[in-house]
Amino acid sequence: MAVILDVQDMNVYYGAIHAVKGISFQVEEGEIVTLIGANGAGKTTTLQTVSGLLRSRTGSITFMGQNISAVPAFKLVSHGLAQVPEGRRIFLQMTVEENLEMGAFTQGSSAVAPHMERVYAQFPRLKERRRQIAGTLSGGEQQMLAMGRALMSDPKLLMLDEPSMGLAPILVEQIFDIIQQLNKAGSTILLVEQNAQMALSVAHRGYVLETGRVTLTGPGRELLEDEAVKKAYLGS
Amino acid sequence: MEFLNYLISGISLGSIYAIIALGYTMVYGIAKMLNFAHGDVIMVGGYISFCTVFYLGLPSWLSVLIAMAVCTVLGVVIEGLAYKPLRSAPSLAVLITAIGVSYFLQNAALLIWGATPKVYVPVVEGSMPLFGGKLSISYVSLLTVVVCIIIMVGLTLFTGKTKMGKAMRACSEDKGAAQLMGINVNRTISMTFAIGSALAAVAGVLQCSFIPMLEPTTGSMPGIKAFTAAVFGGIGSIPGAFLGGLLLGIIESLAKAYISTQLANSIVFAVLIIVLLVRPAGLLGKYVPEKV
Repeated sequence: MAVILDVQDMNVYYGAIHAVKGISFQVEEGEIVTLIGANGAGKTTTLQTVSGLLRSRTGSITFMGQNISAVPAFKLVSHGLAQVPEGRRIFLQMTVEENLEMGAFTQGSSAVAPHMERVYAQFPRLKERRRQIAGTLSGGEQQMLAMGRALMSDPKLLMLDEPSMGLAPILVEQIFDIIQQLNKAGSTILLVEQNAQMALSVAHRGYVLETGRVTLTGPGRELLEDEAVKKAYLGS
Repeated sequence: MEFLNYLISGISLGSIYAIIALGYTMVYGIAKMLNFAHGDVIMVGGYISFCTVFYLGLPSWLSVLIAMAVCTVLGVVIEGLAYKPLRSAPSLAVLITAIGVSYFLQNAALLIWGATPKVYVPVVEGSMPLFGGKLSISYVSLLTVVVCIIIMVGLTLFTGKTKMGKAMRACSEDKGAAQLMGINVNRTISMTFAIGSALAAVAGVLQCSFIPMLEPTTGSMPGIKAFTAAVFGGIGSIPGAFLGGLLLGIIESLAKAYISTQLANSIVFAVLIIVLLVRPAGLLGKYVPEKV
């Protein structure tokens, strides 16, 4: 399997605060890779640095063989990178369909319709509500919309930031089912989660982050059985 | 009949306010800043139109296009030089800069064109008599109303139907998320300034055709009133700016006619205060509940 994302020695600061301290990780084509850790471990910061919203002071971020560490965020979408941000951040005042159109902003106009059909096939609920203002959707539907919107650019790598946040347990399971389905259908996924149990059970590999450092790494199943992980994140 | 005359004059005055307010509201909606220099771009538009007709002898319609082109460039340059470096600065810094730009433009105009008011030749002259001459509508008034409606419909279609227009709405809601969609936020903001400033040029030409006198401070009062109109209608809302502008013009015109010319402005602002007390988001200001 080819490595499509290779992050080496990432260091990110918020002013004087050193939030991410020399993280390195890789994502291979076809994988689900998860970054887990407590609040403030640096998971979201790492993801936002990959997607260009924040900058690393050192090291490199290589995506599909290209160094992207200085590429502005808006240009990364056409490189094949899509992010579902924390808190979903869909466009609440726009309709479901308009949100999806924005997801395909970098695509030619002829590509929009087939991508939209694919997203609607994955999320029939969105099709039913396509003319509705996104702000009126339920939390679970909004998460689906955020995922559908990211898929509209037909990404090589889909990055999800806390997709389970604020959702009822039944919806969390549904979202993780969808993540697995998407992966089976060919999407490579980088998943950031606080819900370590769910994330590790779907991920091929996981990285455990603690205060800005990777403290443990391994296959998802193994991490799930790891005593230290169990104690710290799985509440047992 | 008298009432109708005042009403018509109010509607055309209000249409000018509405065109200016549309520029204010678009820039606010997307850049989340109050561009207090917007009124002065109107003045520059007026002078450019005046100069191309007076010194170059070009036809009026061409002078409007040139004024629009110059103001578009001016708007983009102002945004790039003065506001863009402050993108992540506190909003107070941006506000003060905007006031600075406003004074800069007024004083630059004073330096270039002098303090003596110029007499502007209206882009269209004459009027249309109605009811056997009892009522007359000037062609300038008619033109103003028509242009205002065209602009408002055009902007509504632009933001509702086109890809670029939708991207503008996306930027106005969430710039970070818009970037993640691949939208170039800086370019979108420049584009908004370009559109707003082109509208300011149109408003400048119409304003000077309505009150044919041009001086460096010509834009400031209409600018402030249009800002009021934008807040009145609900800042950030295109139909709101249109409605706010029209109502403001009508209130001002009727207050001048029936209450007092001196008090007209006070009445206009008093109405604004009352509306904001009852509806803090303005007449058409949107409140969308946010789910977490």
